[in-house]
Amino acid sequence: MLEARDLECVRGQRQLFAPVSFVTQPGDCYEVKGPNGSGKTSLLRMLCGLLPPTRGEVLWRGAPVSERREEYRAAITYVGHRPSVKQELTALENLLVSTALSGWDVSRHAARTALARLGLKGLEDMPGRRLSEGQQRRVALARLVACPTPVWFLDEVQAALDDTATRVITEVIEEHLADGGVAVIATHQPLDFVRHLSCRIELAA
Amino acid sequence: MTRRSPASLLRWLVWRDVTLAWRRRSDVFATLLFFVMVVTLFPLGVGPDTELLRAIAPGVVWVAALLAAMLSLARLFTEDHADGTLEQMLLTPQPLALVVGAKVLAQWLVSALPLILVAPIVAVQFGLWLDAPLVLTMSLVLGTPVILLVGAIGAALTLGLRGAGSLTSLLVMPLCVPTLVFGAGAVQGVVVSGAAEANLRLLAALLILAVLFAPWAAATALRISLE
Repeated sequence: MLEARDLECVRGQRQLFAPVSFVTQPGDCYEVKGPNGSGKTSLLRMLCGLLPPTRGEVLWRGAPVSERREEYRAAITYVGHRPSVKQELTALENLLVSTALSGWDVSRHAARTALARLGLKGLEDMPGRRLSEGQQRRVALARLVACPTPVWFLDEVQAALDDTATRVITEVIEEHLADGGVAVIATHQPLDFVRHLSCRIELAA
Repeated sequence: MTRRSPASLLRWLVWRDVTLAWRRRSDVFATLLFFVMVVTLFPLGVGPDTELLRAIAPGVVWVAALLAAMLSLARLFTEDHADGTLEQMLLTPQPLALVVGAKVLAQWLVSALPLILVAPIVAVQFGLWLDAPLVLTMSLVLGTPVILLVGAIGAALTLGLRGAGSLTSLLVMPLCVPTLVFGAGAVQGVVVSGAAEANLRLLAALLILAVLFAPWAAATALRISLE
């Protein structure tokens, strides 16, 4: 489905990582590992099209993503390390707006269900500024439940999450993989919680 | 769960930005208050010379509106950039220009529309009566979206830079000169000779140009700024 060909990243004068290539099949989970500053976030941003690669290209269903940009964007969900939760909007409103941005029409009921799955039942109408960091993170991750896109890019997925939330998000990721989805997860912590990890991309410092 | 149409995304984004602005009204009122204060300072400073006040009124009101718009431009993208929402906007399957258009429209509703409604009232201090306030309102309705649209390009280009606010003003203000000239000229025309149509038509032409090109330019600038 998703293919990376010789992706290279040069920031300023420094080469962040050596050429990275991989081909994903439905159900694949890729773990991007490496110390701080090794370019994990840059690689994810490159894969989802936020950052043009210095060299190499990203292919979606066999064609460069630049040729089928809209189709590709509709197929991916990117959850960055910033929660993108608006302080003045409630948890539910935040989720509805972000699903609209992802191009999905999600009913209020479906959005509430997604929030409840992430353990935010009863907090739907709480404004973002009164949610803790972990709870804001859960609102951002609820998008994964609400919008069933085939490819997920997750940056530091367990950051600020407690054990229960980590378990829930593990289940969500495993269901996604079982349904034939693809996940690319950047982390510097061991990611042994996803059982069928297909591949590891190691980035050197 | 189905796919959204572009119109629905536009509605959601405008709703979001207007709701955000409404829930922190102080920012909106600060811009409005700035406009009212600047316009009011002139009659106080210049003195009660009716002829002189009528002569400077169009320029004063228009410059104040331009400066107020510059103030509000600083906020256009910075907050969405800081909390990561802007990255999500860049990844939407809909054209990014649509997102920019929605943000500018919302910005116009919350920062320019109150100003336009107040303008005929503050213009009374300059002795602008009869059809001059009407032309003033029309010129602002046509001109303020142009300022915001051109400003969006500047705000997108300077996103994430140090001193982005003043840099945006430096970039955008020269580009707003035609709008200022035609806008103030329309009001001046009606005060002096009763003819404002030519200037209003020119403003309308500027607005059409800005609507057609500015969102795409700003979208491209945003992509470059966020690399």
